[in-house]
Amino acid sequence: MRYYLRKLGFYLIATWIAITLNFLLPRLVKGNPVDVILAKTQSSGPMPPEARHALELQFGLSHDPLIVQYVHYLGNLFTGNFGLSVSNYPTPAIDVVAQAIPWTLVLVGLSTVISYIIGVVFGSWLGWKRGSWTDGLLPVSTFISAIPYFWLALVLVYIFGLTLHWFPVAGGYDLNIVPAFTPEFIGSAIYYGVLPAFTIVLASVSGQLLSTRNMMVSTMAEDYVTTARAKGLRQRRVFGSYAMRNALLPSVAGFAMSLGFIVNGSVVTETVFSYPGVGFTLLQAVQNNDYPLMQAVFLVITLAVLGANLVVDIVYGFIDPRTRLAN
Amino acid sequence: MSQPLLSINNLTVQYQVATPVTAVNDVSLYIDPGEIYGLAGESGCGKSTLAYAVTRLLQPPAAITGGSIEWTASDDSRIDILRLDGETLRTFRWEEIAMVFQGAMNALNPVHTIGSQIADVFKDHGTRMTRAERTARAAELLRTVGIDDKRLKSYPHELSGGMRQRVMIAMALALRPRLIVMDEPTTALDVVVQRNILEEINRLRGEFGFAVLFITHDLGLLLEISDRIGIMLTGRLVEQGTPHALQNSPQHDYTQHLLNSFPSLRGDLPLTGTRYVAGGSR
Repeated sequence: MRYYLRKLGFYLIATWIAITLNFLLPRLVKGNPVDVILAKTQSSGPMPPEARHALELQFGLSHDPLIVQYVHYLGNLFTGNFGLSVSNYPTPAIDVVAQAIPWTLVLVGLSTVISYIIGVVFGSWLGWKRGSWTDGLLPVSTFISAIPYFWLALVLVYIFGLTLHWFPVAGGYDLNIVPAFTPEFIGSAIYYGVLPAFTIVLASVSGQLLSTRNMMVSTMAEDYVTTARAKGLRQRRVFGSYAMRNALLPSVAGFAMSLGFIVNGSVVTETVFSYPGVGFTLLQAVQNNDYPLMQAVFLVITLAVLGANLVVDIVYGFIDPRTRLAN
Repeated sequence: MSQPLLSINNLTVQYQVATPVTAVNDVSLYIDPGEIYGLAGESGCGKSTLAYAVTRLLQPPAAITGGSIEWTASDDSRIDILRLDGETLRTFRWEEIAMVFQGAMNALNPVHTIGSQIADVFKDHGTRMTRAERTARAAELLRTVGIDDKRLKSYPHELSGGMRQRVMIAMALALRPRLIVMDEPTTALDVVVQRNILEEINRLRGEFGFAVLFITHDLGLLLEISDRIGIMLTGRLVEQGTPHALQNSPQHDYTQHLLNSFPSLRGDLPLTGTRYVAGGSR
C-alpha cells in the first residue's frame, strides 16, 4: 500500500511541474497571438490601440505580474479554459482538442495494441524457435523496421488508395455522413481507419517483434529456464510460465509507455492521412502559431503520459514481485 | 547391488563451434544406488558439461558425439538415456534424476513464489493432486529441508542464498528421484552455510536413499563426503577411487598436485601452488 501511495505522491508532483512548465514555456517564447493576428492584418493598415486591447482581452493576454497570471492559469485549468483557439477562432482550444481525442484514441490506440500483441506473441515464438528456419524471418523484419515510416505510409497510400482504390486516402470518415452514433457513420469511420491503422501496425510491429525475440533468447539462457526443463515440465509451461513470463517484463513497460503517447497521436500518420486526430491538430496549431491550442494539446499529452506511467508502475507491482516493497 | 544405477560409457561431448572443443572426452564412470560420487576438477574441465549430458540438458552447439549413458530403472530394466525423447524424456527428468544447480541465485524463477514452483513439478508429472494437496506436499518438502512452510508464499529474492539452495534441494526431492545431480551446490555460500547444507544432504540421503553426483572444484570437501571420487582434467577422467585410496596413493600427478594445493592450517608447510600444466613441466 505504501508503495502505491508513494507513487501517487510522486505523480502529483510531476503533474504540477508539467503544468507549471506548460504555463511558462509559451510566455518565454517571443510573440503572442495578438501579434500574430496583427501581423496578418498589417497590410490592411495600422490597427488602433483600442482594437489591440480588445484582442488582448479576448485571448486572455494580460500585463499582470507573472505570479498573478499563474494563479489565473491554475484557476482556468480546473475549468478547462485554455482560451480561444487562434486558428479555429472563436472555438475554445479545449473543444478543438476534445474533438480530436476520440479519433486518435481509437486509431492509434487500437493499432498500438494490435501491433503489440502480434509483436509479443510472434516474437516470443521466434525466440523460442531460435536456431531453426524461423531465424530466416529476422532480416525481413529488420528490413521493414528500417523503412522510414512516412515513406512506407506514402507507398501504401499509393498502392491501396490511389492505384487499387481499396481504401480512401484522406480523412476520418465520409463527409457526406452526419457524425453520430449510427452504424453507417461507425462503418465509415472503420473503413477510413483501416489503411492508417495498417501502416502503423506494419511500421511498429517489427521493432516490437525483434526486441521481444531478443529478450526471449536471453531469458532462455537463464538458469531458471534450465531448471524448468530439468524439472521435466511441459514445454507449454516452460515457454509460458518461465521463459515468456520473464521475457515480457521489459516490454510491458514499453507498451504502457507507448499507451501514453497514443494521445500524442501519430503526428506523421495523421498528417499523411489528414486524419482528424490530436497529432494533426497539433501540427495545425504549430503552423498557425496557435499557442492556446498548443498549450491545451501539450497538457492533454502530458497528463496522458503521466497517467500511463502511473499505470505501468501499478501493473509492474503486480507482474514483478521484485519491484514491490516488503509489506 | 548387482547393477550400477547409472553407467556412463566412453562419453564424448563436443561443442561444435568453428574449431570444435571436446569438453568431455571418452569418460566412463558408474554410480551405485545410494552412493555419493564426487566429481572434482578445475573450472572448464568439463564436469558441468558431463552433468548436463546425464540429464540431457545440453543445448546446441554442445552435442554428445560418442558413448552411452545407461540407467537402471526401479524394475531393474535398463534404459538408454541418450535415446529418450519427447514425453519419455520429459517424464524421466526429475522423476528419476533431479538436479540442484550452481548458484541458486538464478535457478529459481523470480516472478513466481517458491510454493508454486514446487507445485509445478506435481502438475506436470502425472500426479492427480488437487491444489490443496500440492500445497500441502510443497509445505512438507520445505519442512523436510528445515524451512518454515510460511515461506511457500515467498519469492526467491526474499530468501537468503542458503535458503534458496535448500528450496532447490526440497524441489529436487519432490518426486523421490533416485539420483540427484548437484552442480556446485554450495559454491556461492559461506563455509558455515555450506556445512549446514552438506549435513542436510547427507541426512536426507539417509532418509530417502538417493544417490548423488556431486560436482565441485573443492576436492577437500569431496574427500570428506564422497563414497568415491573422480578427478577430471581437460575433459578426461584421469583418476577414480575412494577418498582413502586417493589420499594415500594418488596415481595421477594432477591428483597429487590438487592434494598438495590445500594450504596448511598453521601455514608451516610450503605451498606447491603453481598452475598445473598437463603433460610435464614447463
